[in-house]
Amino acid sequence: MNPPCHGLLAAFDSEESFRRALRSLRDAGCVLLDAYTPYPVESGVPPWAATPIGWIMLLAGAAGASGGFFMQWFAARDYPLNVGGRPLNSWPAFIPITFELTVLTAALAGVIAFFWLAGFPRLHHPVFSDPRFKRASQDRFFICIRADDPLYGSDIVRRTLADAQAESVAEVLA
Amino acid sequence: MKAPLDAPRARLDEALAAPGQTLASVTQTISDIPLQHPYPRFWWTGFALAFALVLLLLTSIAWLFARGIGIWGVNVPVAWGFAIVNFVWWIGIGHAGTFISAILLLLHQQWRTSINRFTEAMTLFAVACAGLFPLLHLGRPQFFYWLLPYPDSMGLWPQFRSPLEWDVFAVSTYATVSLVFWYVGLLPDLATMRDRAATVSKARLYGLLSLGWRGDARHWEHYQKLYLLLAGLAAPLVVSVHTIVGFDFAIAILPGWHSTIFPPYFVAGAIFSGFSMVLTLIIPLRSIYKWQGMITARHLDLMAKVMMTTGWIVIYGYCDEFFNAWRSGDLFDRYVDVNRAIGPYAGYFWALMVCNVIAPQLLWARRLRNNVGVLFVVALLVNVGMWIERFVIVITSLHRDFLPSSWGMYHATFWDYSTLFGTVGLFVALLFLFLRFLPAISMTEMRHFVAMGKAGR
Repeated sequence: MNPPCHGLLAAFDSEESFRRALRSLRDAGCVLLDAYTPYPVESGVPPWAATPIGWIMLLAGAAGASGGFFMQWFAARDYPLNVGGRPLNSWPAFIPITFELTVLTAALAGVIAFFWLAGFPRLHHPVFSDPRFKRASQDRFFICIRADDPLYGSDIVRRTLADAQAESVAEVLA
Repeated sequence: MKAPLDAPRARLDEALAAPGQTLASVTQTISDIPLQHPYPRFWWTGFALAFALVLLLLTSIAWLFARGIGIWGVNVPVAWGFAIVNFVWWIGIGHAGTFISAILLLLHQQWRTSINRFTEAMTLFAVACAGLFPLLHLGRPQFFYWLLPYPDSMGLWPQFRSPLEWDVFAVSTYATVSLVFWYVGLLPDLATMRDRAATVSKARLYGLLSLGWRGDARHWEHYQKLYLLLAGLAAPLVVSVHTIVGFDFAIAILPGWHSTIFPPYFVAGAIFSGFSMVLTLIIPLRSIYKWQGMITARHLDLMAKVMMTTGWIVIYGYCDEFFNAWRSGDLFDRYVDVNRAIGPYAGYFWALMVCNVIAPQLLWARRLRNNVGVLFVVALLVNVGMWIERFVIVITSLHRDFLPSSWGMYHATFWDYSTLFGTVGLFVALLFLFLRFLPAISMTEMRHFVAMGKAGR
């Protein structure tokens, strides 16, 4: 038995052929695909699950806003200062800090959520062992058909990649 | 239907990057600067000069901590001296970075692409310089944490109704969000640096910093959403920060400060000074590092126009101050403005008029605006002018307020100047380190930009 494989890694030298290959592989029935690009490619990528970051940041912002306001409201009662008989809940004066804390919590929650979703920090990944992969962050587009994909190893995959003018195709060890 | 709309757009984009740029060429041009360290003589000279000023700053801070803020020129009635002037000046400079990276991103202004990384770094370093001053000005800086709400044994809370307390939250949020925004934007570029590094140690260092980024399409999806939302948060944040700095003055009852125009006029002034600082730095750097293919004449032209526009909002602020002082009929308000123009600090006031009101008008002429030398001098004058503006606002309002018996003069000391120039050194030294070790232009965004141009969009 061969050593365990992570998948089949194909390199493309243009966005067009990369997109064409991705579409054909999808049509052929590949499901466990990874795509690596040197800049965000908007259309043509498979419909992966929508990112939940927007909701996470919205909820965190709401928590920051209510928590920030509550802190000031609470402080005004915990240590009351009578300023000319004005109400203790002087809410207009609490708005700036409430706003700043909204932004702070939303931004930090967004970044933490991003790291969590992307699995960062991560020191190693099988694709890094391929010397070609150095160009994934520069000028090459990669598609990895993972070894656990039902079509992995089939002729259809190889043929589709060749049809789409893949620059090179090679297996990556796990 | 689509072609006629796209045609002028394509021409416009061309002017933003030299023809013939490819994914590989932009990546190489940008990443070679930190990796190959070209022009070492320029770098070492510049860094050494800046570092000498950093040492001066450290000396000034050490002396300040040993002797107290009496070494500065501050006293009653002028208790806010250079520290506050410098604080407002630096934080304003930082605002252009956020403006370029966040507001122009949301407005789909593609010309921001090649300058946003650099200006974001400028924001961070300017905010670091700004943040020093309130801490140094505390008198007992070891108690700075009293400004934060923490469960203390005295049962006290910070005064949440004070604009100075709002400042603590505004500036610390601004510094944190700017750092996060900058770092998230850097992640894919750090991965490129890791992959292009010639030595194992460099590849490991950049590899650790890039956290395992590999350009996975799923990660890009999260990343783009996060980047856009951070920009959406940073845009109102930048307005709020300088509004709150404006409140520091506007909420006081002092004549010359107590004015509703302050928050908007401070925000415009911040962007005005920030763009002038960007131009001051970019003009020499693009010729030294041969960035003309990416930061083109068109970029400079657009930045000059933003500078002029915000400059006119600032001029409107000046006019409004004078008009309202006259119109209000308030003797103290009127006297502040008369005192500014012909009082003991009149020299500062007229220098301000020359730097901020007259000098930028040269840029109306296209020929002068496109002359790099003229643009550089004007930008430099605006930098100086904006510092003087804050000096005039802080000092002339404080030194003669209501009772002539409590009037006084403010004279800056050697330590005031050494701290100011020390932070300039700190700012420049940090920029030099940034140029040395990190890609100063976003490679990811340049690649995207080049690819979009190729696709004919």
